[in-house]
Amino acid sequence: MAHPQHIRAEILEISPAGAYGRMVLRAPGIAARVRPGHFAALAVGGPDSAMLLRRAFFIHGSDPAEETVTLVLAESGRGTRELLRGRAGDSVDLVAPLGTAFPQPAGAMTALFVGGGYGSAPLLPLAGQTVEQGGSVGFILGAAGADRLYGVDAARRLTPDVLVTTDDGSAGIKGQVTLPLAEAIKAIGAEVVYACGPMAMLAAVTGIAAAEGARVFCAVEEAMACGVGVCMSCVLPVVGEDGVSRFVRSCVEGPCFDGTRVRWSDVGTIPADLHGAAAMGVR
Amino acid sequence: MTTGHSGFAAVDPAAVDASAVDMTAPFGSGTLPNPVTTASGCAGYGREIAKFQPLSELGSITTKTIMPYPRSGLPTPRMAETPSGMLNAIGLQGSGVEHFVETELPWLAERGARVLVSIAGERVEEFAETAQHLNGRPGVVGVEVNISCPNVDNRGLVFAANPATSYDVVSAVREVTDPALPVYAKLSPDVTSITEIAAACVKAGADGLSMINTLLGMAIDTTTLRPALAGDTGGLSGPAIRPVAVRCVYQVYAAMRAGTVPPVPILGMGGIRTGLDALEFLLAGASGVAVGTTVFNDPSAPLRVLDELRAALAVRGFAALTDAIGYAHHQGVPA
Repeated sequence: MAHPQHIRAEILEISPAGAYGRMVLRAPGIAARVRPGHFAALAVGGPDSAMLLRRAFFIHGSDPAEETVTLVLAESGRGTRELLRGRAGDSVDLVAPLGTAFPQPAGAMTALFVGGGYGSAPLLPLAGQTVEQGGSVGFILGAAGADRLYGVDAARRLTPDVLVTTDDGSAGIKGQVTLPLAEAIKAIGAEVVYACGPMAMLAAVTGIAAAEGARVFCAVEEAMACGVGVCMSCVLPVVGEDGVSRFVRSCVEGPCFDGTRVRWSDVGTIPADLHGAAAMGVR
Repeated sequence: MTTGHSGFAAVDPAAVDASAVDMTAPFGSGTLPNPVTTASGCAGYGREIAKFQPLSELGSITTKTIMPYPRSGLPTPRMAETPSGMLNAIGLQGSGVEHFVETELPWLAERGARVLVSIAGERVEEFAETAQHLNGRPGVVGVEVNISCPNVDNRGLVFAANPATSYDVVSAVREVTDPALPVYAKLSPDVTSITEIAAACVKAGADGLSMINTLLGMAIDTTTLRPALAGDTGGLSGPAIRPVAVRCVYQVYAAMRAGTVPPVPILGMGGIRTGLDALEFLLAGASGVAVGTTVFNDPSAPLRVLDELRAALAVRGFAALTDAIGYAHHQGVPA
């Protein structure tokens, strides 16, 4: 896990990006530590705020020279609405970087990046690194509708191989990211697939990528209360190196997991072979 | 204000020498260097919050509840935010006491942490079995008996709901625990008379009382039309419950002054967010305070609360923390 800093960070810029909000923060001591897949946890409101739980966002970009980090926020409730009301010059209570990042690209490799909605946020910097190391990349970016897509232009600056899907057909292919996935893996010869988005999407992407013989790493968007590993809210059933399944924290052991180790279909249940299931009366 | 002064708010804390306040806090029949600990289940086994403050600077660290065996805990969703609080239904996830004493406890001891170990079991014997593993272990300063976790299958398992079952668990733990280690009983506010439960625990040998555990609560998701938590009900914590916690501490301390509960130190907790919140518990009768849900909001909170409490005591002219304990009960009357 990253060694996080807890600071008050000045908002340098907050601007709409389609259906999302892009927030640039001055974060001294943090930017240089960020790796793609790390996230940031923001407190909502001031010290008397009635909303106690931190909101977690993937770090979309970091600039060690400028000491800045960039986050992408989606309005999904009272807390994110409040955060998006921030203005340049305000400050936010920030803990970052957090979590286990994606495995760094080792040498020139061919990778496919699959993002659902603003799930592209942590993928774009990793794709950039892959290209810098002489690798080649492709993207499938999907969303419910055109306004919920994020990062399509940025992806096209990295590669001509960008497929867009929308559930309603308002942009690109009508359908979900999984529709062209197997063909896309074959077309670019992807050795590895990196995905970020809703749980059901990650489950489906893992299945297809594994069937195509590609490694697959997923960044989960699980709800978190603290982001630092103490509250035990964000657990998923994951198979360990020792073959034993445990509830592990998305915020510490994740959010980036080997997709084949996450027991996607068992999320929200206690599988009988889970470590400690017997004590819950599950046999 | 008609009294002609503006109260403590006008005092500049920076102009007061807070370092002169003696923060030594009663703990069992002994003391700890200061009154601040973490509330069980809110700081894991210390590793994560150690990134935000040195654990040795806290009076103690209270662990997540340890059971004799590994336990997966409940499925997700496990938490829901509520006004000035949250509901949780984690279900005592943990790797068991052997893992704790072999892996987590040595790590804590190496860092100079004073560890109050929270324990639980499904039966009386399981509490005692867990406690036995802690005798003679470096770092352990006490045992907190969690007889009040609401996230168990059967509410009948909440031992703290009944004086007789509370007595049975506490006496069983006291019997097998090193006499040098204080045993604290953690009480539930979800009872008709908390002073009766408190009296039963102290008579069973409890050297201190931790008050309070979460209140049983519930939230229903109006989109899915289902309970918000996989466990349906959950424990309510955070500043929303602070008045309930202060009331419980005040009532039990009053009963101790009246002689209906034998006097032991009280560890107060429930929605402490600032040093002034902590002071409120001291004035109600607590000798120590635990920072809980606030850690989720502010991982640096335990040490911050300690610093703020020290300053708040100094501003009010308390030379020692012990002078503030129960002060609200005898204001205007010589202690």
